[in-house]
Amino acid sequence: MAKITFIQPDGTSQIVEATVGQTVMEVAKLANVPGIEAECGGACACATCHVYVAEGWRDKSGAPSEMEEDMLDFAFDVREESRLGCQIKVTEDLDGLVVQVPAKQF
Amino acid sequence: MDLPQNVPPVVPTETDVVIIGAGPVGLFAVFELGLLDIKCHLIDILDKIGGQCAELYPEKPIYDIPGLPVVTGQELTDRLLEQIKPFNPTFHLNERVDELTKQADGRFVLKTDVGREFLCKVVVIGAGGGSFTPKRPPLEGIEAYEGSSVHYSVRRMDDFRGKDVLIVGGGDSALDWTLSLQPIAQSLTLLHRRDDFRAAPHSVEKMRELVAAGQMRLMIGQMTSMDGCEGKLEGVTIKTKEGEERIAINAVLPFFGLTMKLGPIANWGLNLEENLIPVDTEKFETSERGIFAIGDINTYPGKLKLILSGFHEAALMAQQAHRYIYPDKKLLFQYTTSSSNLQKKLGVK
Ligand SMILES: Cc1cc2nc3c(=O)[nH]c(=O)nc-3n(C[C@H](O)[C@H](O)[C@H](O)COP(=O)(O)OP(=O)(O)OC[C@H]3O[C@@H](n4cnc5c(N)ncnc54)[C@H](O)[C@@H]3O)c2cc1C
Ligand code: FES
Repeated sequence: MAKITFIQPDGTSQIVEATVGQTVMEVAKLANVPGIEAECGGACACATCHVYVAEGWRDKSGAPSEMEEDMLDFAFDVREESRLGCQIKVTEDLDGLVVQVPAKQF
Repeated sequence: MDLPQNVPPVVPTETDVVIIGAGPVGLFAVFELGLLDIKCHLIDILDKIGGQCAELYPEKPIYDIPGLPVVTGQELTDRLLEQIKPFNPTFHLNERVDELTKQADGRFVLKTDVGREFLCKVVVIGAGGGSFTPKRPPLEGIEAYEGSSVHYSVRRMDDFRGKDVLIVGGGDSALDWTLSLQPIAQSLTLLHRRDDFRAAPHSVEKMRELVAAGQMRLMIGQMTSMDGCEGKLEGVTIKTKEGEERIAINAVLPFFGLTMKLGPIANWGLNLEENLIPVDTEKFETSERGIFAIGDINTYPGKLKLILSGFHEAALMAQQAHRYIYPDKKLLFQYTTSSSNLQKKLGVK
């Protein structure tokens, strides 16, 4: 088990229990976290599961793969800390992970 | 009074069935209808055949097509095309069906956005998640400039002649239009979020040569706002690593891929439930006799949005379509394995 915090653009946050092996997108969808659309169901083909990984978690969550970078081209307001939620697998190491939901998905 | 000149009269294309959407399910419907001697035309807004499989995940694997342990989206499309080849369907790509109406004689009239008309006995809606449409950058007030200064495709190159053009994106569309419009634009700026492009390397190379020669500008960053007056764009503000910069621009071409929107189907008077078309599970017919809905676009108790389910729906739909198209012919249930009649149609006998 791992706990993941989702912070909304208005500052409100939600802590969700995640199971190791799930993706951050799946965790968000199962908990009905607003702002994560995931139109393609996690196939890295829509970029509507865009999140910002909080300071301090970027090394642990890793850098996007080339395929993910290509897909991030289709997201809005992409930053250094941008990731696609469906491409972050929950591990024990990510217990406590904090991600921010963007103001807009495309 | 002046009469409009050079407007060719619209002669509708007559056929048995028009299939709206050339996704995997629409394609397989051609096969099932073809076995029953029913001819089809398919219309799709995309510039290619294959729906989501070809547009969203051509290179990704699908593992749940019966008999094909693994097949990519594009391979499945190619296989389906091979399978329906004997039935010689006609495809109309880059065309959106805008109107669907019923005539007094029970036949249907379909009109597309390029002014083409179709007259048919049965309509099969295989529209998936709806028409593929370009993604609109979620910038405040962008709607006001759409059509006048913000374009999602190039209809006429001349519209960009002498303009200060901004092209946004890093794929083939962005790079190809950069190279085509640079010679006729007053100024051309290409904007992409990173200095790495998905587009074909040779076009990236050509673009870099133009930049080096001072003939266009490449900016690495993202749009943050637009400004203008009365629907006319005057400038775009761009965030780069160095900070924000406003540049004078009067034409923008954003290329951020496509998304599916229900589109015109909403206006055809069909029952809808949350943007899906309810159907029965015997014939997959809509609230309107003679109009069927199969694949991702339909809904019924237990519906799964799987290609597999769409194939099944196509087979049952075809049975009922046959009753409408050949009311006097009795349908005999046959296997392709053993029916010499079906094999003849498939060109294998
Ligand atoms: C990334 C991803 C992975 C997937 N993986 C699987 C999988 O492993 N297994 C599986 O079974 N399914 C999978 N799916 C789902 C599968 O792709 C869909 O179920 C399937 O594409 C539905 O086929 P369809 O023919 O009903 O519609 P679509 O493939 O959506 O095609 C519909 C077509 O209709 C066109 N259209 C709509 N309205 C109009 C109009 N008015 N005029 C003209 N054209 C119109 C659209 O442009 C589109 O091209 C996946 C989907 C995605 C996005
Ligand atoms: S869910 Fe579509 S890219 Fe992540």
